[in-house]
Amino acid sequence: MTLFLTNARLIDPEAMTVTEGSLLIEDGRITGRDVAPPEGAEVIDCGGKYLAPGIVDLGVSLGEPGARHKESFRSAGLAAAAGGVTTLVARPDTTPPLDTPEMLEFVTRRARDAAPVRILHMAALTKNSDGREMTEIGFLLDAGAVAFTDAERVCTDTKVMNRALTYARSLGALVIGHPQDPGLSKGAAVTKGKFASLRGLPDVHVMAERMAFDRDMALVEMTGARYHADQITCARTLPALERAKSNGLDVTAGVSIHHLTLNELDVGDYRTFFKLVPPLRSEDDRMAMIEAVATGVIDIIGSMHLPQDEESKRLPFEEAAAGAVGLETLLPAAMRLYHAGMLDLPQLFRAMSLNPARRLGLPQGRLSDGAPADLVLFDPDAPFVLDRFALRSKSKNTPFDGQRMEGRVLATFVDGRRIYDAGL
Amino acid sequence: MSFRARHLLGIEHLAPDEIRTILDLADRYVEFSRRTVKKSDALAGMTQINMFFENSTRTQASFELAGKRLGADVMNMSVAQSSVKKGETLIDTALTLNAMHPDLLVVRHHASGAVNLLAEKVNCAVLNAGDGRHEHPTQALLDALTIRRAKGRIQGLTVAICGDIQHSRVARSNLLLLGKMDNRVRLIGPPTLMPSGVAEFGCEVFDDMKAGLAGVDVVMMLRLQKERMDGGFIPSEREYFHRFGLDADKLAHAKEDAIVMHPGPMNRGVEIDGTIADDIQRSVIQEQVEMGVAVRMACIDLLAQNLRAERGRAAVEADV
Repeated sequence: MTLFLTNARLIDPEAMTVTEGSLLIEDGRITGRDVAPPEGAEVIDCGGKYLAPGIVDLGVSLGEPGARHKESFRSAGLAAAAGGVTTLVARPDTTPPLDTPEMLEFVTRRARDAAPVRILHMAALTKNSDGREMTEIGFLLDAGAVAFTDAERVCTDTKVMNRALTYARSLGALVIGHPQDPGLSKGAAVTKGKFASLRGLPDVHVMAERMAFDRDMALVEMTGARYHADQITCARTLPALERAKSNGLDVTAGVSIHHLTLNELDVGDYRTFFKLVPPLRSEDDRMAMIEAVATGVIDIIGSMHLPQDEESKRLPFEEAAAGAVGLETLLPAAMRLYHAGMLDLPQLFRAMSLNPARRLGLPQGRLSDGAPADLVLFDPDAPFVLDRFALRSKSKNTPFDGQRMEGRVLATFVDGRRIYDAGL
Repeated sequence: MSFRARHLLGIEHLAPDEIRTILDLADRYVEFSRRTVKKSDALAGMTQINMFFENSTRTQASFELAGKRLGADVMNMSVAQSSVKKGETLIDTALTLNAMHPDLLVVRHHASGAVNLLAEKVNCAVLNAGDGRHEHPTQALLDALTIRRAKGRIQGLTVAICGDIQHSRVARSNLLLLGKMDNRVRLIGPPTLMPSGVAEFGCEVFDDMKAGLAGVDVVMMLRLQKERMDGGFIPSEREYFHRFGLDADKLAHAKEDAIVMHPGPMNRGVEIDGTIADDIQRSVIQEQVEMGVAVRMACIDLLAQNLRAERGRAAVEADV
C-alpha cells in the first residue's frame, strides 16, 4: 500500500526544522520526502496542516491487569489514537505487578489485539515491586520488556538497588527511577510552601526529589547502568541532572505535561483533579522545567496518564487518589507552550516523540527514510473547550476540564494505516 | 449589613467589614446570654444539624447551645461512630442529611478541605467547625471578640501565637483574622512544629519564647496536638514545657497587662502552667468559652438570614 501525504508542514525533530512538503509512505514505512508521487498512490492533501512523528508516551497506566474499571488497553488505545499518541509505554505497577515473562507475554498479546496503537511494556525491577529481589531481567528483556521500574515504589534497600542496576547494566537494560525520597514524601499531598500551609495539607519539600536523585546518581556512577528519571519537577534537581550528564553518566530525565502547564496554585479550593504524584510545584519550578526542556537538559515530555475513577477523586484532598488522565490532552496542552512562545514545535516533538523512541531504542519518532510511518497530523490553532465526559478514556479525571485549549489532532497513522480521522 | 456569604468555611474569604459585623452582633448576644431567660425565636422552625466526624465536646456543646438559644431545632450526629465506619463516603453522608432538609449544617472533619467539599454538595448553609489543619473560623472570631472586649480594640495589637502551629487550624484562622484587622502577629514554637512559608504571611517567627513574648499585648497558647503527630516532633513533653510552656517567668516578658488565651482543651504542665491558666488577672480562657456561644449565635443568625433572603429571592423569581 502506498500513501502520499502532500501539502503538509513537516515537523522534523531530528533536523529541528519545520518545512512545507510531502511524505511518501510505502508498506508502512517512510520512503521519501518531497518526491513525486508514484502511480496509484493514495494521495492525502494535508491542507497545510502540521505533520509530525507520532508521540511515544513513556510511563502510562493502562488499567490492565487489575483496574479495568478505570481503563483498558482498548479504551486507552482509542484515547491515544485521538491524541496523536502512536506508542504507549505502559508502567508495570499493575495489580499484580508485571514481574514475570509469562505475564508479560500475556499482556503483550492482549494489548496487540485490543488497541489500534502500539503498546509496549515495562517490567518490574524487583519481584512484586517490593524492593527485595530483582526480577528475571534477562527473560523479561527477551519477552519484550523495554525498561525496568518499580514506579512509585522506590527501592529503599541500596544493596538491592545496586545489584539490580549492576545486573541490568550487563544486559544493557534501561532502568527507570522515581526520584522521590519515600520518607520525606510519605503522605504528602502538596509541595511544601505558603500554599500548603494556607490549605493545611500534608506537604513535601522539593528536596525530597533532589535527595533521591542524588542517591540514584551515586548508584549509577557505581554501576554504570542506563538510567532514566521518570519525572524531574523541581529547579533544585536540575544542577544535579546537568552534572550527571556532563560527567558522562548514561542518564536521561522526563517531565509530565502537567508540571509544564500547571502549578500548585491550580489546586485552589482542594480540587482533587489537580492532585498528582509528584505534587504540582511552584511557578518558578514550572518555568525552570520549561527552560530545561528547551535546552535539552530534560529529554522527555509525557502525559503520565493515570486514570482514576470518580469515587477515588470525590474525597477530601488528602484522602483522594493522585493522578490525571492525559493521552488526549498531551498535545493540546503542549500547544499552550508553543503558543506562549516558550517551546517551538521541533523542540516539543523532540521531547514527545524522538527522545523517548531513542531512549528505548525504537525506530519511531523520526521522519527519515525507513522509519515506521507512525504520524500525527494536527492543527495547532484549532480552539475548543474541553469536556471531560467527551474523553475516550474510561476515567475522566483531567485537570483541563472546562478549559479553553488549542490544538486538535486531525489524523493519526500507525504503520501507514490511518487509525484515527477527525475528518479532513 | 455587610455579611452576604452563603457558608462560613474560613476566615480567608471574609472581609474586615464582615468580621466587624459578626463581632458587633456577637456583642449583643453576650448580653442576651447573660439573662435568665435566654431564648429567641430568630431561627424558629429552622433545623440545625451538628455533624462531627471528629470527636469534640466543647465545640459541639457550644454550637448546640447557640442554635437552641436562637430557637432552632438542633440535632447532633456523632458521625465518628456511625455510617462512616460502614464505609459510606463523606459525600453520601452529606447527601443523606441534605435530603432531610436541614437549614444549617455545622461540620467538623479531620481532613483539610473536607468541609469545602461538603458545602459544594448540599443546598443549606454550611458552617465550618474545624477541618483538619485548615481553618476553624468561629474560634478565631471568638478569640477576636475576647480580645476586643478585653483590650477595647482589635487592631494595632501585637499578638503572639505559641506552640504547635503546624497542626493547628486555630493558628491559621487566627493568623488570617489578625492580619486582616491590622495587628502584628508573632509565631513562637519549635521549628519542627512551624509550617513552611509562614514568613510569607507577614508574621514574625521566633523559636525563643522570651524573645517572642517581649512587649506583646496578647499571648495565645495552643494545645500540643499529639493525636495529629506522626513521629517525634519534639524530644519530650518536659523539654517542651521547659522551653515553650507558658509560666510566670516567660510571661513576665510580655506587657504587664497582656492577656493569656487558650482554645482548650488545655494540657496543664505541657504548654501552660496551671497557675497561669487559673490567674484571673491574666487568663481570659473562661471568657473565651462564653464568647464562643455568642459568636456562634451571631454566625448562625447571619447565615440563617442570608439563607432566608436567598430563598425569598428564589421564590419571587419562580413567581415571575
